[in-house]
Amino acid sequence: MRGLEHRGLSRAEGPIVIARRVETAGYGEMAAVYGRDGARRVGRVVDSSLESIAIQLFASNAGLSIDDTRVELLGRPLELRVGPDLLGRVFDGLGEPADGYPRILSSERREVNGDPINPAARVYPRDFIQTGVSAIDGMNTLIRGQKLPIFSGNGLPHNRLAAQIVRQARILSGDEPFAIVFAGMGIKYDVARFFIDAFERSGVLSRVVMFLSLADSPSIERLVTPKCALTAAEYLAYGMGMHVLVVLTDMTNYCEALREVSASRGEVPSRKGYPGYLYSDLASVYERAGKIEGSAGSITQIPILSMPNDDISNPIPDLTGYITEGQIVLDRELFQRGAYPSISVLPSLSRLMKDGIGEGMTRDDHKELSSQLFAAYARTKSVRNLASIIGEEELSPLDKRFLRFGERFEAEFVSQAEDEDRSIGQTLDIGWKLLSGLPRDELGRISRAMIDKYLPKEGDGADEKRSPDQV
Amino acid sequence: MMPSGPRGGGAPKAVQGRITRISGPVVVAEGLGSAGLYDVVEVGEARLAGEIIRMDGRGATIQVYEDDTGMKPGEKVVSLGRPLSVSLGPGLIGTIYDGIQRPLERLKESSGSFIKSGLRGESLSTRRKWPFAPAIKPGDSIGPGTLLGTVRETELVEHRVFAPPRSPPCKASHVAPAGEYTVDDEIVETDSGLRLRLAQEWPVRQARPARRRLAPSEPLITGLRVIDVLFPLSKGGCAAVPGGFGTGKTMTQHAIAKFCDADIIVYVGCGERGNEMTDVLTEFPKLVDPRTGRSIMERTILIANTSNMPVAAREVSIYTGITLAEYYRDMGYDVAVMADSTSRWAEALRELSGRLEEMPAEEGFPAYLPTRLAEFYERGGRVETLAGEPGSISIIGAVSPPGGDFSEPVTQHTKRFIRCFWALDRDLANARHYPAISWIDSYSEYAEELREWWDRKDPGWKELRARTLELMKREQKLEQIVRLIGADALPDEQRLILVTAEMIKNGFLQQSSFDEVDKYCVPEKQLLILQTILEFHDLGEKALKQGVPLSDIIGLPSRERITRLKGEVPNDRIDEIRAAGRELGAAFGELGLKYEREDG
Ligand SMILES: Nc1ncnc2c1ncn2[C@@H]1O[C@H](COP(=O)(O)OP(=O)(O)OP(=O)(O)O)[C@@H](O)[C@H]1O
Ligand SMILES: [Mg+2]
Repeated sequence: MRGLEHRGLSRAEGPIVIARRVETAGYGEMAAVYGRDGARRVGRVVDSSLESIAIQLFASNAGLSIDDTRVELLGRPLELRVGPDLLGRVFDGLGEPADGYPRILSSERREVNGDPINPAARVYPRDFIQTGVSAIDGMNTLIRGQKLPIFSGNGLPHNRLAAQIVRQARILSGDEPFAIVFAGMGIKYDVARFFIDAFERSGVLSRVVMFLSLADSPSIERLVTPKCALTAAEYLAYGMGMHVLVVLTDMTNYCEALREVSASRGEVPSRKGYPGYLYSDLASVYERAGKIEGSAGSITQIPILSMPNDDISNPIPDLTGYITEGQIVLDRELFQRGAYPSISVLPSLSRLMKDGIGEGMTRDDHKELSSQLFAAYARTKSVRNLASIIGEEELSPLDKRFLRFGERFEAEFVSQAEDEDRSIGQTLDIGWKLLSGLPRDELGRISRAMIDKYLPKEGDGADEKRSPDQV
Repeated sequence: MMPSGPRGGGAPKAVQGRITRISGPVVVAEGLGSAGLYDVVEVGEARLAGEIIRMDGRGATIQVYEDDTGMKPGEKVVSLGRPLSVSLGPGLIGTIYDGIQRPLERLKESSGSFIKSGLRGESLSTRRKWPFAPAIKPGDSIGPGTLLGTVRETELVEHRVFAPPRSPPCKASHVAPAGEYTVDDEIVETDSGLRLRLAQEWPVRQARPARRRLAPSEPLITGLRVIDVLFPLSKGGCAAVPGGFGTGKTMTQHAIAKFCDADIIVYVGCGERGNEMTDVLTEFPKLVDPRTGRSIMERTILIANTSNMPVAAREVSIYTGITLAEYYRDMGYDVAVMADSTSRWAEALRELSGRLEEMPAEEGFPAYLPTRLAEFYERGGRVETLAGEPGSISIIGAVSPPGGDFSEPVTQHTKRFIRCFWALDRDLANARHYPAISWIDSYSEYAEELREWWDRKDPGWKELRARTLELMKREQKLEQIVRLIGADALPDEQRLILVTAEMIKNGFLQQSSFDEVDKYCVPEKQLLILQTILEFHDLGEKALKQGVPLSDIIGLPSRERITRLKGEVPNDRIDEIRAAGRELGAAFGELGLKYEREDG
């Protein structure tokens, strides 16, 4: 450590402090700032000129004075010590041990910002992960190496769903070394505790690495937390060949911290006060998922974010959706009806599904079946709108059947118990059972061969006479 | 394009300065007074690539194309005295570059899976030898547009080497004999002292000249029905694909890149996902071009500056892509450029503008956003090249409006400079109706100009197109009524419109890129399917007049068959569609007879 010191500030405003110029301040390098109280606050050089440097603190600035503050330049960027001993440990939001044990024994340190993966070195993710949740496996399949966020809202069961995925996720081809990295940003201790308990119950705690910047930690610390977590994940995945599942929660808190810092630097805001670089910044987190050539491991990300006001067009879910490979959207109305996991199937999406399903991966009917379920359920939604205007009795017989299909789809396919682990075969079979309630010539998205092979014969729709109501 | 090599004739003057400030990708330096605006610079001890973007009292402001973490004020900056340029020559095709033309495959081989700052790699291999066949002999005169010789670059692409666009008239004094040469080898020497190599350089921010602009006259056939029939793009035209996240911009662009009838594809992944580029890299080499029988990678160049790569390089990536496209256009090719996404490029402008503390206009974007957009789209078009041949660049730009709201600045300004608008619709995408191109909000101003071409090829096109658009508009109006009172309340003729529209949606407009048969549809098949559906409509109307109940018409088995034609009949067996049409006619005939008899 260089430890070059410097006394006095020229300004302290929000999370940014300005110190007079110090010869060796490299852009992006770490600094330690000590106030009267002698407490050490870590920060990063965000602007460095011949006259002055600006340091963005990752801790509260309370107690910093202009004259008595000492600035120590550490001469290196923010790094995380990595090694096999990461597993089973709990760290704070800046990557320092928080479980009472000493630092891990390792001489290897990695810059937490990481370097971008060369797109030519990526391996396209294709391995199906069975989560046991029908709405995901059947309709919005999770693939190993994917980044698939959960768009949720306050009070919705995103944590329970994430925990269920962590518990049940498995690869059909067999056992391979895995690890779980958990980053908690601005979450309550209860939430962290919930996950720790969940990991413990499923016996994986020794394979979990946690980075916790809880609600009572300074908000700006959160800006570093996911980066530490992903640095650990990269080490485990690409260094040790593990399949790493990364849960990041709650990304909304991360984005708010970013907005706070941006505002205090007086930057021109774009939408809702968020900085114009929110997209790029989020991408630097989410793009750290994937698989690379020459390494057996992978990083699968499940970021969780709560949509302010349940509004999916808010910049946080919006920009996230523009970066991630799909999204699982939770729905308040379903939740209020008591349905779990309350996944709203239509706005949810998995972009990597196409190459990870079908014959040899899940089942030959998967693509056509899911496409048909989407189409039929979308139709249900418009029938519901009509029913709310003209009344259910006034609906045509065909529309009534779509209505019924939709109800059963939500109750039997989308809903399931929190400990119910459905195989992909079970999931698809439920889908077929539901489709058998529709007239056969409404199944235009499925080839006749598949219909013959899978559509249950005893279904009440298959042979029904066509009627003019089928418009 | 890197500032390292000895390329680019003459010896430009290097100037050295000193960094005074670093703020993210923007660096200020003093002592560069004699350097030029937009000159390439090497920044800091790490010699990172940068470009001077402003000169004022404070010194030179530089945007840095690589991560400058660790850089310190006081480090040196060297201006190389020339603008940011790309290397043009054989070896571009099939290559994946980053935004500043660093070859990503070669970087991977030399430095591993992650891109670190300061990495360098030759844009064009200086070791690979190419078979060159001269087209001139000593004594021949040379000027802009003179063909010097040809190189077979791939099975699909004959690389034509021209004298640089600005060469003053002169005569060849020496011409290399046919043989194998590297891009650095001199192939022609002139009496004016020019030494022309197999490869050239060109500044990315400058459009390459052509003799004159030509009117677009031929469609870019994409194999997507909704585009080719309803909202066609012409070769040399510009289209925008706006849509919220996950509505299908990238898929549409991939589909066009795979199957359209351009000669060369330049695909620019600008601030988007790494995996999407990997997808292209793994899939394209395996895909065979339906027209030539060769791998489509043999006509494709990729530029990948993903969302997590440096933002300044993202800003350039668009220019790098269009410059490569112009280079092939100048050889007389039809080039198609996909830019995914122009919104990310505009955001890069915004971010850099913010760092420069410029006065923002709408939503933080700089006031010059529309100018930059116009400049970009103006580099598309159909031209007569300096060599006197036609060549074209079609541009297809994805737009990613925040919240899917098309009233935002990038979509709005883009609309001013394009003439083809493929609006992606969230509801269609949610119902997995792909491509989710709205038949209501989309438009193509090229349709008029393309009529002549279609008249020669298939005069039915314009009427089919007009009728379909009309029918879909009527359906939309009827749907509004249905949403309030249900379909039952409509008279049969109107309900028939709903039936036909549904068939158009399912049997014609919807076209999954994952369907082995349907992902690419030849124009003949497109028109035949549509014709058959509209024939159903005509026959249906007639039958209703004869007193046939709508339920019988809907119940015709040959009707269901029509909506499945797209996926069941491959491109080379379209006679089956005609057969299905005849079957339909016969079925209607029988229906008519049945009710006539009952009446009588
Ligand atoms: N033509 C198509 N055929 C089949 N599926 C499609 C088609 N277009 C889109 N999709 C589906 O929609 C998903 C999202 O499409 P795509 O990635 O092109 O969206 P996008 O508009 O580029 O989104 P973003 O702005 O987030 O990049 C795809 O992964 C695919 O599942
Ligand atoms: Mg996209």
